[in-house]
Amino acid sequence: MGLISTLIFLPLAGAAMVALGPREKPGLLRGIALTTSVITFLLSLGLLTRFVAGEGGFQLVETHAWIPGLGITYRVGIDGISLFLVLLSTLLSVVAMAASWSDIKVRVKEFMICLLFLETGMIGVFVALDLFLFYVFWEVMLIPMYLLIGIWGNPARRIYAAVKFFLFTMFGSLLMLVAILVIYFYHGKTTGMYTFDLMSWYNLKLPLSMQIWLFLAFGLAFAIKVPMFPFHTWLPDAHTEAPTVGSVLLAAVLLKMGTYGFLRFNLPLFPEATVMFVPLLAGLALVGIIYGALVAMVQADVKRLVAFSSVSHLGFVVLGIFALNVEGMTGAMLQMLNHGFSTGALFLIVGMLYERRHTRLIADFGGLSKGMPVFATFFLIVALSSIGLPGLNGFVGEFLVLLGAFQAEPLWAVVAGLGVILAAVYMLWMFQRVMFGEVDKEENRGLKDLNMREGALLLVMVLFIIQFGVYPKPYIDRIEPSLKLVIKRVESRTALHQSAAGKPATPAARQATALHSSTTQHHN
Amino acid sequence: MGIETGTVMLSTIGPEVVLVLAALGIMMTDLFVKSDSEQPFLMWIGIVGILGALAVSLSVWGREVAYGFYGMVVVDNFATFFTTLLLIAGGLTLLMSSGYVRTQGIAPGEYYTLTLFAMTGMVLMGQSTDLIMLFLGLEVLSVSLYVLAGMVQDSRRSAESSLKYFMLGAFSTGFLLYGIALLYGACGSTRLADIASVLAQKQILKEPMLLAGMGLLLAGFGFKIAIAPFHMWAPDVYEGAPTPITGFMSVGVKAAAFAALLRVFAGSLSELGIQWKELLWIGSVLTMTIGNVAALRQTNIKRMLAYSSIAHAGYILIGVVAGGAAGTGAVLYYLLVYTLTNIGAFAVVIAIERKGERNLNLDDYAGIGSRHLALGTAMAIFMFSLAGIPPFSGFMGKFYIFSAAVKEGYIGLTIIAVLNSLVSVYYYLRVIVMMFMKEQAAGAEQAAIFFHPTLVSVLLIAVFFTVQMGLFPSSYLQLAQDSIKMFL
Repeated sequence: MGLISTLIFLPLAGAAMVALGPREKPGLLRGIALTTSVITFLLSLGLLTRFVAGEGGFQLVETHAWIPGLGITYRVGIDGISLFLVLLSTLLSVVAMAASWSDIKVRVKEFMICLLFLETGMIGVFVALDLFLFYVFWEVMLIPMYLLIGIWGNPARRIYAAVKFFLFTMFGSLLMLVAILVIYFYHGKTTGMYTFDLMSWYNLKLPLSMQIWLFLAFGLAFAIKVPMFPFHTWLPDAHTEAPTVGSVLLAAVLLKMGTYGFLRFNLPLFPEATVMFVPLLAGLALVGIIYGALVAMVQADVKRLVAFSSVSHLGFVVLGIFALNVEGMTGAMLQMLNHGFSTGALFLIVGMLYERRHTRLIADFGGLSKGMPVFATFFLIVALSSIGLPGLNGFVGEFLVLLGAFQAEPLWAVVAGLGVILAAVYMLWMFQRVMFGEVDKEENRGLKDLNMREGALLLVMVLFIIQFGVYPKPYIDRIEPSLKLVIKRVESRTALHQSAAGKPATPAARQATALHSSTTQHHN
Repeated sequence: MGIETGTVMLSTIGPEVVLVLAALGIMMTDLFVKSDSEQPFLMWIGIVGILGALAVSLSVWGREVAYGFYGMVVVDNFATFFTTLLLIAGGLTLLMSSGYVRTQGIAPGEYYTLTLFAMTGMVLMGQSTDLIMLFLGLEVLSVSLYVLAGMVQDSRRSAESSLKYFMLGAFSTGFLLYGIALLYGACGSTRLADIASVLAQKQILKEPMLLAGMGLLLAGFGFKIAIAPFHMWAPDVYEGAPTPITGFMSVGVKAAAFAALLRVFAGSLSELGIQWKELLWIGSVLTMTIGNVAALRQTNIKRMLAYSSIAHAGYILIGVVAGGAAGTGAVLYYLLVYTLTNIGAFAVVIAIERKGERNLNLDDYAGIGSRHLALGTAMAIFMFSLAGIPPFSGFMGKFYIFSAAVKEGYIGLTIIAVLNSLVSVYYYLRVIVMMFMKEQAAGAEQAAIFFHPTLVSVLLIAVFFTVQMGLFPSSYLQLAQDSIKMFL
């Protein structure tokens, strides 16, 4: 079994051990789960050392026969796009296990099993190179997340939120399933080879009329997952009702599956349709940026505020992807990772506040920084990183996205820039109301500052936040070649399409020229 | 086709013979059973009979096609597949009945005997190559089930179920027989092979008598499978019948009727494909939609599973409509996974049900997942599988059906089907919500769950196959393909 398969199945083995463990000793069960995820994380670092930087194609590919009769293989591998997303998943799983230590007190056994299953699903989605396998992981992941929200969530509305989450995601993915089948048979009929292998599908030239529908079917599944405006309504509910750990993983990893899907499937498989739909997707992304920020601004609940800020941040990611140039896409990729750390940390922080005060309403807080200086420091760094302060991670990604957007269509950058300002408004305003001012409520006096475990968790996140912000080059070096490959696929096909149609320059052509003229130099 | 078999060839109905012998054995032994504790003995006779029939049936797998009774029954892989499937379904039904029969005070001798007779009829249906033999099998199975549906003592609902099933069953039999008569009139034979060769000459394809016969035959099958708009009886009958029998009906009757449907329509009436496919297309859409939408509103778990079973018949019809190796193979595979998953779901219902039709409401399931994690997990797996969520077998079944439909260009039908399965997710999830996410209402009595050893074995088998057939479907898909080779 190769390294990637080990990463996929190790959490499952851990889940089996937890299942056999004694229910009366929750500490032991937690220990097994945490150890499993730590080992998985350490092993996943092996991906970094074995990954050859500078190559765009898939690496460490493993292939095993699975359902040969239907051309389904178990095929996994990584490229620059998935490498860091896998690492993000394994790291955040460790953080999640550790964060649940004091949060989850009932049904610890089931909880740990769910988390480990979720880890398997998350890793699987990012490494699957067979569309059937991808779909299986994509759906499997719903089950543990549904249970996490539905069983350990906020008593009042957890069931509503869990079911809504499940149905929304399922709706998109079922149509994607039909689309996958359509491509499968088209591939079979045109090439005589019936396969779900993504690499073979990349060579497929689908007619534009088919691409449009397929793009929409795949795109809907991913747009719901991201979530893009107007499919975002499940997100605030799921985030608010989920237990802290659920929110952390949902924000940090699960949302990325949508944007990952666009990069991995929509762009390379349906290049002509991609170019056609750029205005729509970029438009929705911009609406999402502004709408998410505006709605976040008026939230009374900190957790809901962070949830809506995700809608805004993910808007940036989508905008970067559909700028269809190296800068935008690199920015989008970095922003995916940044958002994982920043928003993940924000949800941890909100969870810590909730554990102390059992409320998440901004109005119930005030002046906390006096009693909790360490907490306040971490909170501020994370909040600033979310805003995109230079020197912290958020800046690099946002800047590149704006750069890419500007090259594609200057107006986009203007609108998105507005989103950056609004982000500062809602985040700092919230921070001010929660942390500064007079301590006007008796309950807020004498709140305990962070304990060792909490401090260590946030320290890990903040270290990454700073490291990312100061020196993003190692990430960019590994990500960029794969992105260039994606762009090349889109570009080569769309150029062909245009010459065939005999049309003058379209936005795509402009982007293509912009691409050639742009250098790939990066700051920092 | 040249089936000149001048012999009876008793060996062709080997499984039926063994089943009937076992049934008679139970009847005789019943006379000597005095105490309650001796009751399981009757069940074990039945199990031994089923295992014997299974051995007989499997011994001819892959052999040359053999005809018996002057070409009225056949032993081919297709028949063997369904015989095996039905025997497994029947065997699991017996295993989960053992405790139930005792607590509900059902007369065990009659119960087991009739179940085996019903199985005999089902197996015969899968083997028939003549409409008369098909009718005979259908009647053997139906008459047994009419009685079985009414076997819960002192239960109005059970009596209602039995009477309703009998009335509507008799009605549908009328349709079927009239259809057979018209087909005979048009083609001059009741033999499927002869009908096919008459139709192959394409002279009478437009004959109204033929088309009317086909339509009536379809209505007859529609009643048995519970295809909308002929599904009305199913929820009431399923609700009132003893729970193991409900489970058995939902999978066994369905499998047997689909076997016959495939033989008659995909096999013999394939020349009329354009006509019946159109009808079945509509039937499939109606069946899925009505089943799923009605299931949303059910509060009784048996009724919910009844509507769910209607909906699943709709999905299976997609495979019939798609046809070809892919579609027909998908039907077989789907029936296999559906049988094991659905029997499992009914086993959970039996474990929770109490005498006097108590603990059958969804509300009664509140908090069971936290008190009995294993039982709750098993039910969750069955529900996820029925909803078509990977990695469970139900997903593979749906995937195979949908892929056959897309292959044959029925993309619209596939989209309707996936939207339907989205609707179904809601009510399957509701069971999980109840079991895991709700707590039992304060003051409600905490019913002891009923863990009969044989029932537990059914649960284990069902869970194992629901997971295993989902993760490693390859050999089963191959099995389904091997079963339809000689038939296409």
